[in-house]
Amino acid sequence: MKKNNIPQDKSALENYTKDICYALDEKGNYTTVASSGWEVKSTALDVTWNEIKERISNIKNKVIEGEVSPILFFMEVKLMDIKTLAAYTGFWSWQVKKHLKPANFKKLSEKKLQKYASVFEVSVETLKTMELDENKL
Amino acid sequence: MKINFNHIQTAHCENGVTVNLLQHAGIPQITEPLAFGIGSGLFYIHIPFLKVNNGPAISFRTMPGLIFKRTCKALQIPVVRQKFRSKEEAQRVLDNCLKNGQPTGCQVGVYYLTYFPKEYRFHFNAHNIIVFGKEEDNYLISDPVMEDFTTLSSYELERVRFAKGMLAPKGQLYYPKATKSFDEKLLQFAIQSGIKRNVRDMLYIPGNVAGVSGINYTANKIRKLRDKLGVKQAGLYLAQLVRMQEEIGTGGGGFRFIYAAFLQQAHQFIANDDLLKISEQFTQSGDLWRSAAVQASGIYKGRITAQSDFNEMANYLDEIAMLEKNAFKNLSQIKWNN
Repeated sequence: MKKNNIPQDKSALENYTKDICYALDEKGNYTTVASSGWEVKSTALDVTWNEIKERISNIKNKVIEGEVSPILFFMEVKLMDIKTLAAYTGFWSWQVKKHLKPANFKKLSEKKLQKYASVFEVSVETLKTMELDENKL
Repeated sequence: MKINFNHIQTAHCENGVTVNLLQHAGIPQITEPLAFGIGSGLFYIHIPFLKVNNGPAISFRTMPGLIFKRTCKALQIPVVRQKFRSKEEAQRVLDNCLKNGQPTGCQVGVYYLTYFPKEYRFHFNAHNIIVFGKEEDNYLISDPVMEDFTTLSSYELERVRFAKGMLAPKGQLYYPKATKSFDEKLLQFAIQSGIKRNVRDMLYIPGNVAGVSGINYTANKIRKLRDKLGVKQAGLYLAQLVRMQEEIGTGGGGFRFIYAAFLQQAHQFIANDDLLKISEQFTQSGDLWRSAAVQASGIYKGRITAQSDFNEMANYLDEIAMLEKNAFKNLSQIKWNN
């Protein structure tokens, strides 16, 4: 890639930093250029985030319909998988899986609920109601 | 307490930490491309059956930590590395390093990294930063992918050092000891062995998922993607691929350009003109990776969705595989003079 062809598109990096890109100068020697972003890349990121948001809203409906517990909802909000959530809460993976079922979730002690709530950075009350400002997602 | 420390922004975090720490340790010759090449950083692997954020698990570079480890070893610089069970101990050791005037590399998770844009914060735990000072409760941070210095409070730093999940950093810190003697002969040798090891990694790993054959593997997956997943999911799959390829700190197309730059810089130490010719091949490969990304973006934007568009994407990858195979073959045939 030539130095002049380094894209300077708008991206989520704006006001944070710039990407360093390696490219050829006029003499064919490599040099570095700061890039504000590349549209191909930022669209890939946008597509991924839209998918995440869609998944979260689907799960929210499932929770309301009583198919899964709110833990799955917050797990997705925090972009975690079962292993990561298990590591942060200190539960075993099989326990987390168990708690994803609404019936088991209802039986959870206050202490265990508190553990989940603090990992998800919400109150126990919010953990149960899922009342979250979704614009902050 | 602040150590006199020079922050250089780089394209990739581990290269950056390596360069910044080694320059501080007394090797001013080291640059990002040299560190990347000596550490045999160029790689490709498509890990089957594993999903990352519901997409394919593909890496364009070698395992986290290896670039630093190999580069220091090749330059005969002893490395201190420590992991911790206790958060208090982790902080105490770090504070001690700083007191002794030692800028210290830390492996951290990205998810809770407050100075990163939110869009980039996933649970990726193999990011690298350098801590080079402490003012009251704030640590001074040199993050190689940021333009400038930044800071983290002791709580924020502890949180990212003890991020959990895959590749959990466990408070890991590391730094090279200062070098007594360093001569160019050593650097020449390090460059050669870096290239040889990279040839091995890209051409001779058995199986079909690692090295250049891994690129063909992904190409074959892409051909079947549309029938298997449907257009929308297939698009997400490709978006994930592009993110792995071009994202900040993990740029894959970008790695090809860094490798091309490495071969140019290697030529300054080893006067073999083949290096320059092969450098051009890697530039070509980097360009093709970018064309492939543009093609993929057409698909995930929903602009082009026919099977032939997926085939074209796959053809790009096959072409890249062929090109990189030849380039590494040429590298393996270089006659070194010593």
